[in-house]
Amino acid sequence: MQVPILKQGPYLIASIQSALSDEDLVQLRDALVAQVGKLRSRGVIVDVTVLDVMDSFATRTLCDIAHMIRLRGAEMVIVGIQPEVAFALVRLGLKLEGVSTALDLEEGILYLDRKMIDSGKEMSIRER
Amino acid sequence: MEGFHNLPPRNRGEGTEEVFVPIKSDRDIIIARQRGKELAASIGFSSTDLTLIATAISELSRNIVIYAKSGGITMKPLRQGGRKGIRVVAQDEGPGIPDVSRALQDGFSTSRSLGLGLPGVRRLMDAFELVSEVNRGTTVTVRKWATPEGG
Amino acid sequence: MRKLSLAPSVSPSSAHELLRELVAHLQQNRTLLREEWARRITEAKLLTAMSKDEIFAEATAVYDNYVEALESGTFEALQAYARNLSERIIPRGVETHEVIGIVLLLRDVLARSLFAKYQNNFAQLNRILDAYEPAVNRISNTVAVGFVQERERVIREQQEAIRVLSTPVLQVRERLLILPIIGVIDPQRARQLTEQLLRGIRTNRAKVVVIDITGVPVMDANVANHLVQTVEATRLLGATVIITGLSPEIAQTLVTIGVDLSKMYTVGDLQGGIEEAERLLGYKVTPMGENSHSA
Repeated sequence: MQVPILKQGPYLIASIQSALSDEDLVQLRDALVAQVGKLRSRGVIVDVTVLDVMDSFATRTLCDIAHMIRLRGAEMVIVGIQPEVAFALVRLGLKLEGVSTALDLEEGILYLDRKMIDSGKEMSIRER
Repeated sequence: MEGFHNLPPRNRGEGTEEVFVPIKSDRDIIIARQRGKELAASIGFSSTDLTLIATAISELSRNIVIYAKSGGITMKPLRQGGRKGIRVVAQDEGPGIPDVSRALQDGFSTSRSLGLGLPGVRRLMDAFELVSEVNRGTTVTVRKWATPEGG
Repeated sequence: MRKLSLAPSVSPSSAHELLRELVAHLQQNRTLLREEWARRITEAKLLTAMSKDEIFAEATAVYDNYVEALESGTFEALQAYARNLSERIIPRGVETHEVIGIVLLLRDVLARSLFAKYQNNFAQLNRILDAYEPAVNRISNTVAVGFVQERERVIREQQEAIRVLSTPVLQVRERLLILPIIGVIDPQRARQLTEQLLRGIRTNRAKVVVIDITGVPVMDANVANHLVQTVEATRLLGATVIITGLSPEIAQTLVTIGVDLSKMYTVGDLQGGIEEAERLLGYKVTPMGENSHSA
């Protein structure tokens, strides 16, 4: 099951369409990392609105993606975690350490925009 | 616990609408949790509980795939007095768990490797039993009860 | 389909005849006995929530269902009627003792009519009573129990409604939700609270949630844990949580269960919390030093 990855300006949007097997998740990870490198994207949004279950493997893989993408200089944000899924994750004791989350696609893009402005500010300060 | 599963369903005092899903590959994990969700929904669990149950089944199934290579998940409705519930049994004939108390220890939530995720599964469910023997296999039994108002 | 049980002294075939005789008597004297019953209900000051006409109308229906149950020996119709009647009269404020009272009165009225009819034939009276008593007791029981069960169901529903109402999730400004919690929270209520809040965040697209626990006197470790989980789940939905009204006692409970209070966003009172929330929402640039990872 391939997850479609769309380019939107400086960002990549991975929109999950259905339940992902462990193999699908690993493929998604590799695909996103490759694309970020190729297109020099500044940010990645992973939309999990459709997922009705997120377990330890899904969480671990998403954390891995975030980590690897940050190594390539990009930011990642997960959007669309369903209320019941959020509750289950917290009950399971899984913390998405080091991964940003936002309510939906719109919020996700706003978040990345802010992050870019912040890093832009840092850049211009250093250049002085 | 030994031999309990060999008894016919009626003798265990539980219902007979059992669902069995063999677990061999990671695709079976999705099937198991989907069937679990369907069964739990038919029993009348709330949407939040459906997610908890499906998540627990996902964790248990994955353990089978990773450590035992093959096994099965059995799910069945429960009835006790006025309340309804679900029982999920994850069984495999894998290597078994050498140190059960360690596997059930909390505190792995901050580490990268979450081990078997069993403490987490226990947190999701109302009752949790584990039987494991090295080189023989592992059986995890969990139960969850629906709240009276179905909430 | 449960059949009426009869006293041991009566043989089945004659029991059948006795019941037929009984039913015939009740049908013939229908008008008289219904009126007598309605009169005695009013006399006993029962069903005061209903008018005389209403009492008579219900008395008619109960009477007919009664006789029907006696005649057929089956109770489904009676049970259904009892439930239906209960659904109608409970909102009118009719109490359990009234329902049991009127049911017993009907039993008495019918018994008296039997005494009157068979006063010259003691042996026959006894036989008829042997058939009558278990049957009518079973019927009385069915109606009373039906009422009580319906009443319990209504009470449970009301309790549920109160529970839901007492944890309202309020949207006071765009993107800002307030959850004032009042009273002692039990685990079930805590669960409902979390579900309502998380759904509310999604529906209202809230970015900041103020949870006010000024009105919560005490919280055990279990519920405190739940509060922490609620905060974490809220962050996963991209919202920031501000806790207000945290008493020293509850703060201590949180510390005991291992919560790092410095990681929790707390403000003294609700007003302060709302102001802080508005300040957060007014920001165009992400403030530095934010502890949460939410966007």
